[in-house]
Amino acid sequence: MAVCVAVIAKENYPLYIRSVPTENELKFHYMVHTSLDVVDEKISAMGKALVDQRELYLGLLYPTEDYKVYGYVTNSRVKFVMVVDSSNTALRDNEIRSMFRKLHSSYTDVMCNPFYNPGDCIQSRAFDSMVTSMMIQVC
Amino acid sequence: MEAAAGGGCGSGPPLLLSEGEQQCYSELFARCAGAAAGGPGSGPPEAARAAPGAATAAAGPVADLFRASQLPAETLHQITELCGAKRVGYFGPTQFYVALKLIAAAQSGLPVRIESIQCELPLPRFMMSKTDGEIRFGNPAELHGTKMQIPYLITEKNTFKRMDDEDKQQETQSPTMSPLASPPSSPPHYQRVPLSHGYSKLRSSTEQMHPAPYDARQPLVQPEGASTGGPGAKPPRHQTSLIRSFSVEREPQDNNSNYPDEPWRITEEQREYYVNQFRSLQPDPSSFISGSVAKNFFTKSKLSIPELSYIWELSDADCDGALTLPEFCAAFHLIVARKNGYPLPEGLPPTLQPEYLQAAFPKPKWECALFDSYSESMPANQQPRDLNRMEKLSIKDMADFPVPIQDVTGDDKQALKNTVDEVLPKDMSEDPATPKDSNSLKARPRSRSYSSTSIEEAMKRGEDPPTPPPRPQKTHSRASSLDLNKVFQPSVPATKSGLLPPPPALPPRPCPSQDLPYSQPPSKPIRRKFRPENQATENQEPSTTVGGPASVAAAKPHPTVQKQSSKQKKAIQTAIRKNKEANAVLARLNSELQQQLKEVHQERIALENQLEQLRPVTVL
Repeated sequence: MAVCVAVIAKENYPLYIRSVPTENELKFHYMVHTSLDVVDEKISAMGKALVDQRELYLGLLYPTEDYKVYGYVTNSRVKFVMVVDSSNTALRDNEIRSMFRKLHSSYTDVMCNPFYNPGDCIQSRAFDSMVTSMMIQVC
Repeated sequence: MEAAAGGGCGSGPPLLLSEGEQQCYSELFARCAGAAAGGPGSGPPEAARAAPGAATAAAGPVADLFRASQLPAETLHQITELCGAKRVGYFGPTQFYVALKLIAAAQSGLPVRIESIQCELPLPRFMMSKTDGEIRFGNPAELHGTKMQIPYLITEKNTFKRMDDEDKQQETQSPTMSPLASPPSSPPHYQRVPLSHGYSKLRSSTEQMHPAPYDARQPLVQPEGASTGGPGAKPPRHQTSLIRSFSVEREPQDNNSNYPDEPWRITEEQREYYVNQFRSLQPDPSSFISGSVAKNFFTKSKLSIPELSYIWELSDADCDGALTLPEFCAAFHLIVARKNGYPLPEGLPPTLQPEYLQAAFPKPKWECALFDSYSESMPANQQPRDLNRMEKLSIKDMADFPVPIQDVTGDDKQALKNTVDEVLPKDMSEDPATPKDSNSLKARPRSRSYSSTSIEEAMKRGEDPPTPPPRPQKTHSRASSLDLNKVFQPSVPATKSGLLPPPPALPPRPCPSQDLPYSQPPSKPIRRKFRPENQATENQEPSTTVGGPASVAAAKPHPTVQKQSSKQKKAIQTAIRKNKEANAVLARLNSELQQQLKEVHQERIALENQLEQLRPVTVL
């Protein structure tokens, strides 16, 4: 259902980015990049409050005519950005939340791997397969 | 010499072939390639795609050759897949060599995985027409019907012995095989079995035993075309290879769960080895190894970090960042497999699942007990040798692993081989040549399931959070009594508390010791409750200073009552003294604690003052 999924580190560089391969992937990379500003804005908006009060799920970051971009940030400032097709109207907020939750838990599993150094690119096959399950299967 | 593993084959590290193997394989390859040009023809479509002649062997002759190896069809399919021929669509030299090596592995009873290739294996045997009698591929190799990774034995002696073993194995196996087979006429034994095996139709044609000379082990590779010759009975020697192929096939069937993934099954010795390694990292086998410890350990295997990461991902089933014993065994096994060239599986094989491992293998302690009970005939030194043998392959690759690399001498190998399956070292104690080895191999995991419940409990305990580390000694007055309780053990002069250093050793007391020539300090620990350490020192003193007389005196029974009463008096005096010493120590402790208490009080007062000062400010 997602068209592009990206995991961005605290320092705003991508740890993992994957798109449905049919389209121009660069466009998705660009969208994710621009959405980082929005994410930062949302994070800093609650900056004064305690971290606990900040919702992990950021919701719709910004819509374009073709796509909608959703964001999610973890407590360690790792951001998940998901781009979905605007035409996919059946996709509800709850579903997006659950997808982010799955992403988060898979990301946690990746972190549990002692051979994974935080800051490395994510090369876990389990993570890949989970993301694949979330992406639109467009052949 | 290395095969051109760089070629199309994408799987695993390059093949290492010995000279003999290199020769054999290139011959075979040439034959296949040459025959391809001439084309026996009935090859799968890949043959058409394959570049004829030079670089590749057409699938047709290759298929015939493979069938001549008398392996079951499924194994051949596996081999074909593994060697990469399916992937690339043709048998290039790399794929061919890998395939041959896999055939040799399968014939030796090793699981069909790339890991087997890295071992030294005997040359594959192909039952072809005897026209190529000269083509002897030396090494008889091992015949053991199990999937142990056995290093390649080269001695003839072994082969002979193997033959016997195999014969016997064969006999056992033949009854099992018979249902599978479509055994035609001949004698029940071996000969039929091969026919029935796997691709019976082809087999029947290709079956041709090498009659004469060869002592059964030398594989003959025949030209593909000719291979389909020869029907007929096989001399007993044939059995050996047959047996081997059978064993390969039998195992999955005999196995309860019918898991076809041979290389992912952990054998007994491997298991034992893994458990020992686990213990070296974490003494409690029911607890688990933390991620960092495991990382350091596995990094020594010199595999690349992404591979190790993937192995971890496969083996850490609950993704908790720590490895329990079954997870550790699975991870270790995957590492061993990878080091031996097997490609890593896409998912954790069922035989490496933690539940399976827990059920199949009891706790290490029990396992040791089983080992002991089973392997009487197998001296303890053989067991590590087994492990070493098994690990020899991986040891070569994992030289940095903390493995005691003992070079297994040829004699050892022979001895072991003679006693049959390495996989069933326990069986060695039983009938070494028993044909039921494979059966009992299978039976063993079953029989061990009895312990599964307790294993599960143990494992569950292991999965519970580990017991917190022993608390550091508390530094408060109560601790003194606790410590003293701990110190009860007469031989342990424990420290009284964290605060106090251990009480200084009492200076030797010549008086008491002299006064107590007949005292029996060792016999009065009960009375000296509070002075075990003093007691210890005291005990040492009399024994050392007074030395002989005291000890002798102590040892002697005192016949006279008078002596006893005097002894008792002395003992009482000693006790009194000791109590006084303990009192002194406690008083010291008390005073120190009081001091600390005072200091803490003062701090508290100071803080309260500060608070008071600050409070009016903040209220505003």
